[in-house]
Amino acid sequence: MTTTTRSIPDRLRSPLERNLKSWESLLMLVAIGIFIANSFASPYFLNAWNLSDATFNFTEKAMIAFAMALLIISGEIDLSVAAIIALASTAMGAAVQAGVGTEGLVLIGLAVGLACGAVNGFLVTGLGLPSIVVTIGTMSLFRGISFIVLGDQVYKGYPADFAFFGQGYVWWVISFEFVLFAIIAVIYAVILHMTNFGRAVYAIGNNATGALFSGIRVGRVKFTLFLLTGLMSGVAAVCLTSRLGSTRPSIAFGWELEIVTMVVLGGVNILGGFGSIPGVVIAAFVMGLVTFGLGLLNVPGIVMSIVIGALLISVIALPRLWSMWRG
Amino acid sequence: MKRILASRELLLLVAIALVLGIISSRFPAFITLSNLAAVFNDTSPLILLAIGQMIVILTKCIDLSVTANLALTGMVVSLINISAPGLPIVVTLVVATGFGACLGMFNGILVWKLDIPPIVVTLGTMTIFRGTIFLLTEGKWVNSHEMSDTFKAFPRTELLGLPVLSWFAIAAVILFTIVMTRTTLGRAFYAAGGNPHAATYAGINVGRTQFWAFTISGALAGLTGYLWVSRFAVAYVDVAGGFELTVVAACVIGGVSIMGGIGSVPGALLGALFLGIIANALPVVNISPFWQMAISGGAIIIAVVLNAQANRTKGRIILKRAEHAT
Repeated sequence: MTTTTRSIPDRLRSPLERNLKSWESLLMLVAIGIFIANSFASPYFLNAWNLSDATFNFTEKAMIAFAMALLIISGEIDLSVAAIIALASTAMGAAVQAGVGTEGLVLIGLAVGLACGAVNGFLVTGLGLPSIVVTIGTMSLFRGISFIVLGDQVYKGYPADFAFFGQGYVWWVISFEFVLFAIIAVIYAVILHMTNFGRAVYAIGNNATGALFSGIRVGRVKFTLFLLTGLMSGVAAVCLTSRLGSTRPSIAFGWELEIVTMVVLGGVNILGGFGSIPGVVIAAFVMGLVTFGLGLLNVPGIVMSIVIGALLISVIALPRLWSMWRG
Repeated sequence: MKRILASRELLLLVAIALVLGIISSRFPAFITLSNLAAVFNDTSPLILLAIGQMIVILTKCIDLSVTANLALTGMVVSLINISAPGLPIVVTLVVATGFGACLGMFNGILVWKLDIPPIVVTLGTMTIFRGTIFLLTEGKWVNSHEMSDTFKAFPRTELLGLPVLSWFAIAAVILFTIVMTRTTLGRAFYAAGGNPHAATYAGINVGRTQFWAFTISGALAGLTGYLWVSRFAVAYVDVAGGFELTVVAACVIGGVSIMGGIGSVPGALLGALFLGIIANALPVVNISPFWQMAISGGAIIIAVVLNAQANRTKGRIILKRAEHAT
């Protein structure tokens, strides 16, 4: 661990300069660059329907990423999100077999998500355990329950009107999922950047002890964040299950790491205390555009994951290399 | 004596004995020597990886790229084997360990010199390593008939009644027990994770210590990579996919604190064995293997709760008398 010395400048940089040099504008440039490169690389890229399809690459993951961003800013992490999707989806599948209607299915999905979030929140804040190990454990547990219930079977037969959440369009090419993604983004931006709760999240991430002594109920805030992450996983489970129309225990496998990648790419400090929702929104678009653009060029998914992995490391490494080079 | 009785290793040993006892009460064949040896052999790759992971976690880091490293190194030695089938097995072992170590060093350099959080680094290299396998092979598998016989036979070769694969695990346990308890490097691993600031003042370069931890983890992953692909006689992109979290789980069950500074080689060994025995016992006792994931998840959570209880620092209360006085 190196001790960093920070010099305090005589005067603040102008707001314009601060905005231009911010992580978000850097990321925005990357996104625009990818967009332009894609539209030159493939004639099929600039097509409203294709672009609309591309949003499905990231909307469900991004919904969880917003809640995860708050959680990571507060200094915790939840690796069980994809497993919560699996469990919630399995619960919905089982309910379908019992003849539950669409409204009931959505309620069950959200309730399972909340319950799983509550389990994580209790283990971390109630028992004071490190969240990274707890959620590795609950990740195996939640998905394990899905495997016990389903084994190598599959749940199908979702009601026809249930398909709307993942396949429906609100207006022209604007899908229901995309609208939901936008609404959730705005809600989380307001929570994080405009409320006392959001301020508390930053305070806890920067100095949990200090936050406690300032009268912030650290445990309660963190518990709420785990609940929100669980709830968002439930929402994503409803959308994904509706889009796929079936449930297997391996649903959304490996998503937790993609979601964490999205959050970190969005400029959230993995050690807590720093980050913004607009950053995560742009990161979601960057990841979606990279996946979609390379897909149009017939580049296989696994190569896209190299690009995402390299992007993740280089966006953090380059600024540090730059400042090292400048002394 | 009290310290030994309360230790995590003993607790785990009792838990393992209990599991074995319950299984053997109904299926005595499970605890025959030959079957236990087979279970140990099956768990050997997990033991090798868990030792490397334990050292990394000791220094407050985490290595999520171990199994991607394993898969990439396994593929590289398989491709070398195709183009040069006559290569002595020693060379293959050196190449595998060396290549794995280089991949580990790459992680280590990023953590040490650029100060990037280890979870971010290894999350990134994990996808990069796996993707590289695809670039090398365009997604094709290297199948059994393409590998030379000596290449495939080596991990199975019996030596004093145990396969070579098991001997590698035993050798690693002995070697790293010595390294961790009898060398300055081992001491540095504990110091760097236990209290980085104090370690720095004591003249230990924390970043470099973490670099060596990643190198060791990478070397063990590379070695396991060769043993893995030759044992199963197949190499492809998704070899051991998702296994990295099982490796972390073995460490956590073995009493390694994710906060760094606490853990031991015997602990990692027992944690791995616990998971290995469960995995091998489920089909025997006629429980669907689909239960395995939930059981290991439950075991992790119980282990973390126990770790937290054990590690709750019983520091000396120096102000007690003063408090009473007022």
